[in-house]
Amino acid sequence: MGERMEIRLSGSGGQGLILAGIILAEAAILDGKNAVQSQSYGPEARGGASRAEVIISESSIDYPKVTKPDILLALTEEALMKYKDNLKPDGVIIIDSSIKKPELPVKIISLPIIETAQNRTGKVIVANIVALGALTTATKIVSKESTEKAVMDRVPKGTEELNKKALYSGFELGESL
Amino acid sequence: MSSKARLMQGNEACVEGAIAAGMRFYAGYPITPSTEIAELSAEMLPKVGGKFIQMEDEIASMGAVIGASLTGLKAMTATSGPGFSLKQENIGFASLTEVPCVIVNVQRGGPSTGLPTLPAQGDVMQARWGTHGDHPIIVLSPSYVKEVYELTIRAFNLSEKYRVPCILLMDEVVAHMREKVELPDPSTIKIINRKKPDPSIVNYEPYRDYDGDGIPPMASFGEGIPFHVTGLIHDVTGFPSTNAKVTEALITRLMKKIYDNLDDIVDYECISVEDAETVIISFGSTARSVLRAVHLMRQEGHKIGMIRLKTIWPFAYKAIQNLSSAVKNLIVAEMNFGQLVETVRASAGGRFEVSGLNKFNGELITPDEVIAKVKEVMGRA
Repeated sequence: MGERMEIRLSGSGGQGLILAGIILAEAAILDGKNAVQSQSYGPEARGGASRAEVIISESSIDYPKVTKPDILLALTEEALMKYKDNLKPDGVIIIDSSIKKPELPVKIISLPIIETAQNRTGKVIVANIVALGALTTATKIVSKESTEKAVMDRVPKGTEELNKKALYSGFELGESL
Repeated sequence: MSSKARLMQGNEACVEGAIAAGMRFYAGYPITPSTEIAELSAEMLPKVGGKFIQMEDEIASMGAVIGASLTGLKAMTATSGPGFSLKQENIGFASLTEVPCVIVNVQRGGPSTGLPTLPAQGDVMQARWGTHGDHPIIVLSPSYVKEVYELTIRAFNLSEKYRVPCILLMDEVVAHMREKVELPDPSTIKIINRKKPDPSIVNYEPYRDYDGDGIPPMASFGEGIPFHVTGLIHDVTGFPSTNAKVTEALITRLMKKIYDNLDDIVDYECISVEDAETVIISFGSTARSVLRAVHLMRQEGHKIGMIRLKTIWPFAYKAIQNLSSAVKNLIVAEMNFGQLVETVRASAGGRFEVSGLNKFNGELITPDEVIAKVKEVMGRA
């Protein structure tokens, strides 16, 4: 993977997608790659469609923003509508199964991310970590080991078990494809 | 993976760099998109025996920084455009009184409170001429998170070495992005401390050029050598003077201590300029868009190169003057209505066609926009 891979994580403000982006970038660094993470700030970051962006590459990263994503994660319909265009032709969109699957010229993977968070951990707040796990195994953009270490390094103390459960549930979702 | 590689935000790298350079005092008034610098300084300074003060406003924080520096501490403040405007009066005071200090300006869209959360590079000229009167200033601009770290250290070093306020001019993109960084071993970092008066000096005069390098040695308040500091034009004793000769000598020395040392201060990176017919000049995060455009256009066989300024002021006149006559066009890419382009045009002295690629809507200039501009300029030639 010498080419740069562009990933956009989107949903509504408060779903923890910026944290997911930071963890994804840290997992890439643990894999020995370069990574840049950025996000939208301001009113956009609270409610409405919010996004985090990650670029992963084995070589150095010049332009730091996403222009044509290889991977789009959308946890809400609003976010999907806002960011669905401009994907690379061989790009992939991972959507939460609560969103109606749209007709688009790219590969779309629908997964019960939010439902899994609720059913497996009882806490919808870890949907971001479930999503991260699913994205890891569905796209293999980073290794499972690095994602797990990056999650454990970032999440608040006392929530490790909850997040680990969420992550493993996400891994399973991605592996079930 | 190296054990030291980690994901770091630009503003975080600024604080890490400042602490490594020896910052032990921070006074500020938080403002987006610089707030993380205040936040982290508040967290980290007490751990190294330093002090953090949140002041009542930007004017006061600049005053506190100058006061702390006069006691011998390395001091910094951080702000964005609106706060930078307020700091200007005291930046002028620091210039004339030759008090080392570092001012970080994380630029956002302006004028006025403008676009608090969106990037811009609209303070290029304010950084140079924001305070009144003839004065020297050093302004550095990083493009990468790692470079934020390096240039923050350099800002302290240059400020201490030349007794001049040094401005780290960032933009929202490089300040807020997180990027892989490997910090160097602290023992490998070159640190410069201000020159203190030789103990053998009797009747120390704070503004006497003892060493003939234009930089008077600086005593610290509280160490037993009293001296006078004023924002009025002063003679070597530090007391006010309106004498024409004294005035001329002081202003000349202030300017010469910087302009006689341009090779030490001015830093820039030339990329693919050797055979280039079009050269793009840029800085900060915009330079990364330009770099991508240069790579893509080189792959298509276009003779294109770039100069990435790490020091914006004093301007890198030599970089423009040294360009070969193979160059036909210069493009200045900046996130403003056109500021540095005028200085580049003056430096070009009619040798090259100079045009601006400008964007001032709160969005980063994209590589595609750079490519379109280059093709437009080449088509005109």
